[in-house]
Amino acid sequence: MSAADTVSTVDGGADWAPRRRVGTRFLRSEMGLIARRRRNQAALAVLAAIPIIIAIVIAATRPAPGSGPPLFAAMLDNGLITVLAGLSIELGLFLPLAVSVLAGDAIAGEANTGTLRYLLTVPAGRVRLLAVKFGGVVVATFVTVGVVALTGGIMGIALFGTGDMVTLSGTTLPFGEALGRVALAVVYIVLCLVAVAAIGLFVSTLTEQPIGAAVAMLMFIILSQILGAFSDLDWLHPFLITNYWSAWGDLLRDPPAYDQMLLGLLSAGAWTAFGLSAAWARLTTKDITS
Amino acid sequence: MTDATTVAAAREPGSRAVRTRKLSKRYGRRATAALAVDGLDLEVPYGAVFGFLGPNGCGKTTTIRMLLGLIEASSGEAELLGVPMPGGARTALPRVGALVEGPAFHPYLSGVDNLRRLDAVDRSTDPATVDERIESALDRVGLRPAARKRFRAYSLGMKQRLAIAGALLRPRELLILDEPTNGLDPQGTREVRSLIAQLAADGVTIMLSTHLLSEVEQVCSHVGVMHKGRLVTQSPIEDLRATAVPRVRVETVAAEDAARVLTGAGLDDVVVAAGEVTALLGEHQPEKLVDALVGDGVPVRGFGVVRPDLEDLFVSLTGEGFDVSG
Repeated sequence: MSAADTVSTVDGGADWAPRRRVGTRFLRSEMGLIARRRRNQAALAVLAAIPIIIAIVIAATRPAPGSGPPLFAAMLDNGLITVLAGLSIELGLFLPLAVSVLAGDAIAGEANTGTLRYLLTVPAGRVRLLAVKFGGVVVATFVTVGVVALTGGIMGIALFGTGDMVTLSGTTLPFGEALGRVALAVVYIVLCLVAVAAIGLFVSTLTEQPIGAAVAMLMFIILSQILGAFSDLDWLHPFLITNYWSAWGDLLRDPPAYDQMLLGLLSAGAWTAFGLSAAWARLTTKDITS
Repeated sequence: MTDATTVAAAREPGSRAVRTRKLSKRYGRRATAALAVDGLDLEVPYGAVFGFLGPNGCGKTTTIRMLLGLIEASSGEAELLGVPMPGGARTALPRVGALVEGPAFHPYLSGVDNLRRLDAVDRSTDPATVDERIESALDRVGLRPAARKRFRAYSLGMKQRLAIAGALLRPRELLILDEPTNGLDPQGTREVRSLIAQLAADGVTIMLSTHLLSEVEQVCSHVGVMHKGRLVTQSPIEDLRATAVPRVRVETVAAEDAARVLTGAGLDDVVVAAGEVTALLGEHQPEKLVDALVGDGVPVRGFGVVRPDLEDLFVSLTGEGFDVSG
């Protein structure tokens, strides 16, 4: 038995005992799995293309110097505007969709291919599996938002330059500070989407159909947006997962207003905690018959 | 395999590689739902090749899933390598290689990448040796030439081999193989059976779930038979064979005369059918029976002593043909 001999030599007599090593192999393997999937690569390319398209459209339709509102003209001195425009448009549907697909695939996808039973008999450990799956989706979310911001930024700066940024309060910010504000907005948006990842992970433990999980998650988000549009339901709004997603706009005030964003972080934290606990409760007691 | 020997020496006498006590599973919450597995007392001795037999749908896979901690037992206990399951999964499962209900891998990854993925999940293996271990596992199942192909492009037999390679990624004390030769061609089936024999010779305990009697007859030292959620029998295969009592079979046109002679000679359970008579041989000498038949003028066309094969035994145990879904 050559395999046994090799391993015995390498590990000495300890290869039968499980090691208590805290490694990153599983997480790295998970990220590799996400990154190597064609579907994910294609989705990332589309998401990254959107701010580029926006930048080109803005550049093509910008008023000639001297005509048009001066404020609008001034806004176009700073390329970071395309980052914000891109993120704000994609946050409506594309980014939640991408995160829903990734999170919905996390457990249901493994159940669907049957690999879930083989992961668990390795043994992966159900809690560890959940943690790694969540970690993988969070990293992918961060990368996705980062790539969208980066392509938007590069394209915007190429077309509009690095002039001062006009704030919503009418003041201007130097490029460096504007960059800091945009970075904060990116982090805030990622954290809002992490809540989507956590709820999506829970939905993913309920089914063996990854598409079903993603669709259910997306319907939940759209319903939340619809309910958020009814002013009669304003008592309900703070409890909607999407309610504070646009609060990052307050970063464009001078000085920036943080109260809504803090509430938004609280909301995202609560939704994340709920999603992860529910996913944990479900997966650790589930009969794996797939 | 020095480690396995050390482990073997440390085993208490009477300990079992697999043991269940009154293990039961009821799917669904209603008490009226049928038991998929009903009070199973399974004992697989260390070093055995245990043939776990039963028609499709008899509860074999449910039992295996409970043993591996994939589903929770409704009642009863299960132990793998002396460790209670599912609580001891982290201690027991790294020493257990499993193939459950067919191969399952990521279709868009190659065979090697799929094995790499499995190994990355395993906390008990050394990442530095992963390439050697994957290569040697692929070698053992004869899949080296197709190692870099996408799993999607594999034939069923290749998929099956990859799943077995996955179970051999590290040294194991116990292999639980659910229908390992399913989908393999005759050549592949022979290879897998000889691989099982090799592993058993290395001291690995093997629990082989199958509905193929030939498989059990060729490779198993022990056998357990499940039928409708219950364990009908479990014993060393020799003991089971010993229970098979031989019968004499006489082919003749004068069946009634032959029956009279056999009854006269003191044979029990004489059964007359069209053109033949059978009876329990007991302690009688077959030669003397032929003499008696011929001496009495019975026109004997054929005479033989028939020992029931495993198939007959299983049919008698389960009360039905073997491939019938229970």
